[in-house]
Amino acid sequence: MFNSLSERLQDTFAKLGSKGRLTEDDINSAMREVRMALLEADVNYRVVKDFVARCKEKCLTAEVLQSLSPAQNVVRVVLDELTELLGSTESKLVLAQNRTPNVIMLVGLQGSGKTTAAAKLAYLLKGQKHAPLLAACDTHRPAAADQLQTLGGEIGVPVYRGDGKDAVKVARESIQAAVDRMCDIVIVDTAGRLQIDEEMMQEAVAIKEAVRPDQILMVVDAMTGQDIVNVVTEFANRTDFDGVIMSKLDGDARGGGALSVRAVTGKPIKFVSMGEKPDSLEVFHPDRMAKRILGMGDVVSFIEQAQKVADQEQMEAAERMLNEGFTMDDLLAQMQQVRKMGGLTKIIGALPGGERALAQQGGINDEKALKQVESIIQSMTKEERARPKIINGQRRRRIAQGSGHTVQEVNQLIKQYEEIAKMMKSMRGAMKGGNKKASRQMQAMMRQYGGGMGGGMGMPQPRRGRRR
Amino acid sequence: MGFFDSLKRGLSRSREAINEIFYMGGEVDEDWWQDLEDTLVMGDMGGEVALRVVDDLREQAARENLTRAPQIRKALAERLAQEFTAPGRDPFTSLPSCVLFVGINGAGKTTTVGKLAGRAKDDGIRCLIGGADTFRAAAIEQLEVWGQRADVDVVTRSRGADPASVCYDVIDEAERRGSELVLIDTAGRLHTSSDLMRELAKVVNVTRKRCADKYPVSVVLVIDATTGQNGLNQAKEFNDALDLDGLIVTKLDGTAKGGIAIAISSQLGLPIYRIGVGESIDDLQSFDALDFCRALVGEEGK
Repeated sequence: MFNSLSERLQDTFAKLGSKGRLTEDDINSAMREVRMALLEADVNYRVVKDFVARCKEKCLTAEVLQSLSPAQNVVRVVLDELTELLGSTESKLVLAQNRTPNVIMLVGLQGSGKTTAAAKLAYLLKGQKHAPLLAACDTHRPAAADQLQTLGGEIGVPVYRGDGKDAVKVARESIQAAVDRMCDIVIVDTAGRLQIDEEMMQEAVAIKEAVRPDQILMVVDAMTGQDIVNVVTEFANRTDFDGVIMSKLDGDARGGGALSVRAVTGKPIKFVSMGEKPDSLEVFHPDRMAKRILGMGDVVSFIEQAQKVADQEQMEAAERMLNEGFTMDDLLAQMQQVRKMGGLTKIIGALPGGERALAQQGGINDEKALKQVESIIQSMTKEERARPKIINGQRRRRIAQGSGHTVQEVNQLIKQYEEIAKMMKSMRGAMKGGNKKASRQMQAMMRQYGGGMGGGMGMPQPRRGRRR
Repeated sequence: MGFFDSLKRGLSRSREAINEIFYMGGEVDEDWWQDLEDTLVMGDMGGEVALRVVDDLREQAARENLTRAPQIRKALAERLAQEFTAPGRDPFTSLPSCVLFVGINGAGKTTTVGKLAGRAKDDGIRCLIGGADTFRAAAIEQLEVWGQRADVDVVTRSRGADPASVCYDVIDEAERRGSELVLIDTAGRLHTSSDLMRELAKVVNVTRKRCADKYPVSVVLVIDATTGQNGLNQAKEFNDALDLDGLIVTKLDGTAKGGIAIAISSQLGLPIYRIGVGESIDDLQSFDALDFCRALVGEEGK
């Protein structure tokens, strides 16, 4: 089932590509695959039907059928349609200028991640020079307020708990609490509720009426299946939310639900939540999401992730490497950085065609390969790491024994190190002066080599998508 | 309210789509079969299971000369029920027993532990709760509230403690008291996080080792009924890492059909121990495949 969406589409389009011109039958068979693949990505059935019909219509225009590269055009049509359906512009949080405090209310099913999202949102707003206050209006789940309190404490945001009994009362009082504490935004965390639980839905409406939120955000689990349509429709009817936070997108769910939400309610996805840390709330980019659903790799997000990981210290290290030469320690640091970014699987998966390559190889055990490099380098002495030239046959044997690997594996690593070092040397001339920009570029190259290294250590290289 | 009734109540919306199919037209033709397949896919069953079930039904219909939709309804329920793996030993009634609850964030592990403890207490079983979710903020407090409600003691440590050592303590305490049923809650984690999955494998291994022959250990995956096709990935990863014994499906009181449970049970050969069809303690019920499928397709009860 893994990545079947990208597999199917690429297979279909590969078939299309093998012929010259396309007929209506060709388009039909491609659309059948698109339909099945979208269903398996959890896009709602009715949305799929509609979507496929629209794509087919566009694909049947003379422009696509008679073009020189019809397969590419079909891909483009599907991607464009998907991007457009997901919302063509980036949507950000809209706050009222003439009201203090602003109020943001979160709603959703049980276990969708509202409390975590509330803390993340507070952290994000705090970073934008706002002073948020968290209001603990989940008075149903045991210890929900404790959870919010702990999270608030971790990110340094005040939490208003009130009596912890009457959610509407806590919400109402939280506004005054915000005024008292000079906070300009109140984030109201509410209890999880089923959309068919009349009593609980009434409570949500009552909270809404009591605090008149400027924004109501619905938190939706990215792994939700077909039922997402029933859920969001009812929530939209009752609370008329303004936008959606998609949670748990750090997993491997394709997030087809995002498409369904947008298609059924017309509400934009505003944020995506990518992990358990407070800084893992990101602005939603429809184009990237479309590519994720289609399995085309999320290169931009990946680069941003890489930039986040690359800190000042590493920039300096890069400059030093340019000036003083590349050591085994540098190689080790690079490998560890690759791990920090989520390992090679994640990196390769973010490249176009990469997911397909991974699936074909039945997945790769990147942790193991990275560990191998790590253990070999760690079995070297300080001197060997700084000046790998001195590593002779005897030392190689010792390193192999010490790290529990064969001499061949050690040789392989040293050979790859030498190639990178040679590369670095030739770059030194090209990037004289070593300004910030240059060192960042270099880091990007280094990273490629980090991945390339692994390729030599018994790991498959990502195969590029056929036509991109 | 019996199992069948509350299931039917919970699944009533799921049935609507299927009912439509069985009442609409009535005559079975090519389009009807396609509609049936689509309807099953809409229930999160996944293309593979849906296709297999529909193909088998077609054959059966041809063989037994079933030409009208309502005749096929019964066959559908029976055919769907075959997809489920039959449970062997029930870890909540075959005592002594130690059960570890695992799953992704927000699946309903803590609530499930709370409800099962309450049920065990009512049945006069000496039960002990272990709180090995030392990661999520206030997870311990949440479990303690459940413990108080059920009047069952909770053994845990402070936030940030090593979850495997918590399990060790829990079994120590269980042995000391002569507890019959030990329910251990673990922290939710995404199946894609290899570090956290390794941590969990350690927790399970330590518990299995510590329990030895004294408490047979079962590892149960808790899965939210609203989960889509990704649920299969989840179950596969958890099963690969931990060697699961069975499933508990929660939140079936919504409109979700829980079709992913069929896909998981069928593909991984895991039985479903309990299903959650409502908020109260009694709404966590034993699972009967045929009843479940009958309720799903709107067949009348026994």
